[in-house]
Amino acid sequence: MDKLFAITLDVGSSLANKTGTWRTYRPVYVDRLPPCNNQCPAGENIQAWLYLAEEGRYEDAWRKIMEENPFPAIMGRVCYHTCESACNRGALDEAVGINGVERFLGDQAIKHEWRIEPGSPTGRRVLVVGAGPAGLSCAYHLARLGHAVTVLEGADKAGGMVRYSIPKYRMPREKLNQEIKRIADMGVEIRLSSPVSDLAAEMKKGRYDAAFVAVGAQLGRHLPLPSSGGVAVLDAVQILRDLEHEEAVPLRGRVIVYGGGNTAFDVARSAVRLGALESLVVYRRTREKMPAHRSEIREALEEGVTLRCLSTITEVGTGAVTIERMELDAKGRSQPTGEREMIPATTVVLALGQDTDLGLLTGVPGLRVENGLVQVDRNLATGATGIWAGGDIVPADRNATVAIGHGKKAARQIDAWLRGEVLRRPAKPELASADMMNTWYYSDAPRAIRPILEAVRRTSGFAEVVGDYDEGTALYEARRCMSCGNCFECDNCYGVCPDNAVIKLGPGERFEFNYDYCKGCGVCISECPCGAIRRVPEAI
Amino acid sequence: METQIIKFYQTGSFAVGNRLLDESQRSVQANMRRSNSLNSGHRACQGCGEALGARYAIDAAMQATSNQLIAVNATGCLEVFSTPYPETSWQLPWIHSLFGNAAAVATGVAAAMRVKGRQDVRVIAQGGDGGTTDIGFGCLSGMFERNDDVLYICYDNEGYMNTGVQRSSATPPAARTSTTAAIGEEPGNGFGQGKFVPAIAMAHEIPYVATASVAYLRDLEAKVHRAMSLRGARYLHIFVPCPLGWGAASEDTIRLARLVVETGLFPLFEAEHGEVTGRYQIRHRVPVEEYLRLQKRYSHLLGKRPAVATIARIQAMAERNIRRYGLLGEEA
Amino acid sequence: MLKQIEGSHAVAEAVSLCRPEVICAYPISPQTHIVEALGEMVKSGELDRCEFINVESEFAAMSVAIGASAAGARTYTATASQGLLFMAEAVYNAAGLGLPIVMTDANRAIGAPINIWNDHSDALSMRDSGWIQLFAETNQEALDLHILAFRLAEELSLPVMVCMDGFILTHAYERVDMPTQQQVDRFLPPYEPRQVLDPREPVSIGAMVGPEAFSEVRYLAHAKQLQALERIPVLAGEFSTIFGRESGRLVHRYRTEDAETVVIAMGSVMGTIKDVVDEMRASGVSIGALGICSYRPAPLAVIRETVKGARRVVVLEKSLAVGLGGILATDVRMALSGLHLHGYTVIAGLGGRPILKSSLHALFERAGRDELEHVTFLDLNWDVVNRVLERERTTRRSGSIAENVLRDVGVPTASGV
Repeated sequence: MDKLFAITLDVGSSLANKTGTWRTYRPVYVDRLPPCNNQCPAGENIQAWLYLAEEGRYEDAWRKIMEENPFPAIMGRVCYHTCESACNRGALDEAVGINGVERFLGDQAIKHEWRIEPGSPTGRRVLVVGAGPAGLSCAYHLARLGHAVTVLEGADKAGGMVRYSIPKYRMPREKLNQEIKRIADMGVEIRLSSPVSDLAAEMKKGRYDAAFVAVGAQLGRHLPLPSSGGVAVLDAVQILRDLEHEEAVPLRGRVIVYGGGNTAFDVARSAVRLGALESLVVYRRTREKMPAHRSEIREALEEGVTLRCLSTITEVGTGAVTIERMELDAKGRSQPTGEREMIPATTVVLALGQDTDLGLLTGVPGLRVENGLVQVDRNLATGATGIWAGGDIVPADRNATVAIGHGKKAARQIDAWLRGEVLRRPAKPELASADMMNTWYYSDAPRAIRPILEAVRRTSGFAEVVGDYDEGTALYEARRCMSCGNCFECDNCYGVCPDNAVIKLGPGERFEFNYDYCKGCGVCISECPCGAIRRVPEAI
Repeated sequence: METQIIKFYQTGSFAVGNRLLDESQRSVQANMRRSNSLNSGHRACQGCGEALGARYAIDAAMQATSNQLIAVNATGCLEVFSTPYPETSWQLPWIHSLFGNAAAVATGVAAAMRVKGRQDVRVIAQGGDGGTTDIGFGCLSGMFERNDDVLYICYDNEGYMNTGVQRSSATPPAARTSTTAAIGEEPGNGFGQGKFVPAIAMAHEIPYVATASVAYLRDLEAKVHRAMSLRGARYLHIFVPCPLGWGAASEDTIRLARLVVETGLFPLFEAEHGEVTGRYQIRHRVPVEEYLRLQKRYSHLLGKRPAVATIARIQAMAERNIRRYGLLGEEA
Repeated sequence: MLKQIEGSHAVAEAVSLCRPEVICAYPISPQTHIVEALGEMVKSGELDRCEFINVESEFAAMSVAIGASAAGARTYTATASQGLLFMAEAVYNAAGLGLPIVMTDANRAIGAPINIWNDHSDALSMRDSGWIQLFAETNQEALDLHILAFRLAEELSLPVMVCMDGFILTHAYERVDMPTQQQVDRFLPPYEPRQVLDPREPVSIGAMVGPEAFSEVRYLAHAKQLQALERIPVLAGEFSTIFGRESGRLVHRYRTEDAETVVIAMGSVMGTIKDVVDEMRASGVSIGALGICSYRPAPLAVIRETVKGARRVVVLEKSLAVGLGGILATDVRMALSGLHLHGYTVIAGLGGRPILKSSLHALFERAGRDELEHVTFLDLNWDVVNRVLERERTTRRSGSIAENVLRDVGVPTASGV
């Protein structure tokens, strides 16, 4: 072609004009911390495993959970999933049903017998005392790191409070047993009915290099109530333990449960299932102040449990208890009013919290116990060299998820210590808050409702109340994840750049900026749905 | 237990791409091998909506025609920033003749292709709103009424931006331009003026007329594909924000292109042979202030003493569009 | 083949023989008969493989031509007068883009006052557009020039405007020798564009060129016209070989050898001038005539060579550079630079005013006595003009000059006397 001078130009020639020199700000890809991950006491990378689940890669997703938490099937049932309260999607429609997806993945693993291999042996031996969620989590992580682990458990079954305080309708035992078995299958030795009374002696005897103590808080707290003896006053912890052992439990007639925590509701709901005439929860403060999880209260009410808030039990009489009405003072604290009332009662169950039994630690040098709690540093190390502690015996929230997180953290610290290293915490990335995101792009997708067993059916037995997600629902729910702060390859930046200055690297490889041409307009930043691009001033 | 059919892909059809979708269902812009018809190195301002709209539309047309495409360009920003000697950003055969004749030049190109038996080669003409609704309107109307085999694409940024932000017949009421100052009894552009060329195009009863916005890529691409599946005169009117001319932040280009639709100020619809065949239904309706607030050209309406009556008139325009085009579905 | 047909039809047939692929048409007198005839030929299938497009304006006509030509089609259109002005922007553009479009300009005056009759104001208004402009003296030459125009345009990649006097030629039924298709095909090979819009080899045509290269672009446009100056005689030679007659040279000399007076003009008026020259030569006056065929490029050297032995030159033109005098005369003056001879400018035939032999006789005789004014307006009604001027000297009147002139010649006007 005989082209006209200057008037006719060859294609591609504008590439010589590097418009990147115009830029005063540059976009930079970042991975921010999703609020769910930030919130998870077990330190799960929830966004990451949901990302894998979105693609139907369930085993990969499960393995991603297993990097942090060996109990997805358990967590998918008993975790109070504060991640969902933190979920940014809550402001858009409803939080992602993280818990349900986790349970689906955990059950898939059980169904398909997915396994985790232990690490190559290091020759080091670690003792774990207590086969509850903290102890088993620690044992699991240590096994993955190649250490030989022995778990000593006083009870005749492993699982700790998950087994002994969470009723079957919330935590079917076969799932619990399967997840514990998977840890044992990794070579972790779990010795049941083996209470430890002297830790120092036990360590010496077993030639352990380190120990993690997580014996839990198993003693029901007592309250000296004036009683005529006509009404049985029982301990919630003991009742739940008896239920686990399928022993006769005297929850009949008019059952009054005193306390507002999850344990109180576990007992109250069990009473309904055991045919009690009435199951009443008495709590001294308001319903809003109840420590029990909202879903627990809601389901209990659906099942016929009744509540009596702003009330204390002052006396246990014969066939009745005396209740005093409380009221809120100006500071919102409940104060006695002197107004009393007798209400009929057959049994009173005290669910006022639990205390620890730390006799095994007596005489361990350097180890401090205050108010019944083992004092630990932020890495869960006790004052005694080579001994870590976690779960309900250290100052922290008491729940299985926290305990699992403790187990992981202690395992990683123990591993580093055994290798003579200091574990460095990676800097915590910036939190991916909702204002960094452009939620326009997420399709309107109300949360999939997990099937709930009809109230009539569930009050007549201990069948699991909250049903499973089927695969479709789990996939749907996973896909509701907005991937806050982490690129999920939606191609928006690649598409919206007016200067074609985003290079798409291909599936799983994300993107790169071509700073030769990026003018720094910032459209990619405002249109990134998940807030994974940061604006950084250019040094000029 | 009831099960539900899963058709949810995280970002649905709103984002550019979606790794969860089958590749064949993804947008042209998501494709690693898209043609980048308007290549890097062009001299459009930061965040230029027209540069974006042009690449969106032409890439889609390139895909629809297996790259057998010729473009005719009116004078204007798009032409100036894409082809200053000695560099061009265009990757397809492209010609610029004059400000007001793109539609006619395209007619000529299409005639040449027809007479040479190369009807696989398709022709598009493109220009800004000045080159389309004003100076090029005669040629546009002529091309329409002859039903020449041309897709004309108007990139509407509501004014003469290339010459320094003067008013065009596509400038909306109350907007400040350098020829409609924000002073006097009726600051900014007057009410009761201007024209909506898509409706005029429909009056020609040509095979296809559609409006689109750079904030709705999949919709835009679908319309280009539909247009390229038809023969005869077709018109696509794309809303492209101009950060410089509107006094908006460069990163707000797509946000503005979205808000103008969600307010109802710019209806997205398509029409065949003069009859509306489809409309986008507003997803998250917002009041017009949210759109106006981001632009300095409307700053005289907001601020400490908002021009409530003027804003109400603009809101009424949005309501009229919503009513006229049925933008709220059953509610409308 | 000899035919007695209207000039417009002769041109239409010639254009058709050139196998145009795209024709765009917009009506304006006196060009309409050409495109009407072509439209009929396309519709009847007589002219096949051709798109005939009825456009909405002359601006569109030239724009469609630009698109078609840039896409590699042999393209033709026709216009006149206001139409040429209306497409002016596109006329310049077509030349700037180097597109070998051929266009007939059926020369007509430009308003206001609106006037549909012949003069050369329209074509000459486009003299700097970059187009090659060829003027036909006869209908035969008009049809021949179109064949030559396509060849020249496509060789140089430049547009060519064939100018023929409106009505005088376009509407005159004359005998013409219509060439055969084989002859035309021998002379005019298929169009092979220099550059073309084609997806197989994409280019961007029509870039914005700044001060760094604009002068060079303009010089190259000038250089191309100079090339045309060389090519026109060569092609005319080839033309006469194939078609057996002389057409389309740079100039036509008529009895200029040894002539003391050389009359220079363009277009059909050359016929009248030649008659007068013959009559004056018969009575012993040393006079000749030079017809300019190639107005652009301007054949300055040929003009100079032709007139250098003469004592005087009379440029008779159908155009007026208002406030200056002649347009063609100014060009001729460039050719005469340094020659010591008398130069007279005669403005004649504006808006279709007949140029009479008697007037020319008188004019040339006065020229021979060197009694002519520097600029002469042939057959001007001085009574009317002087009355208007006299009145305007005493009273400043607003309003249309045309209306005032009508009033002065006694024609009732809308606003009364």
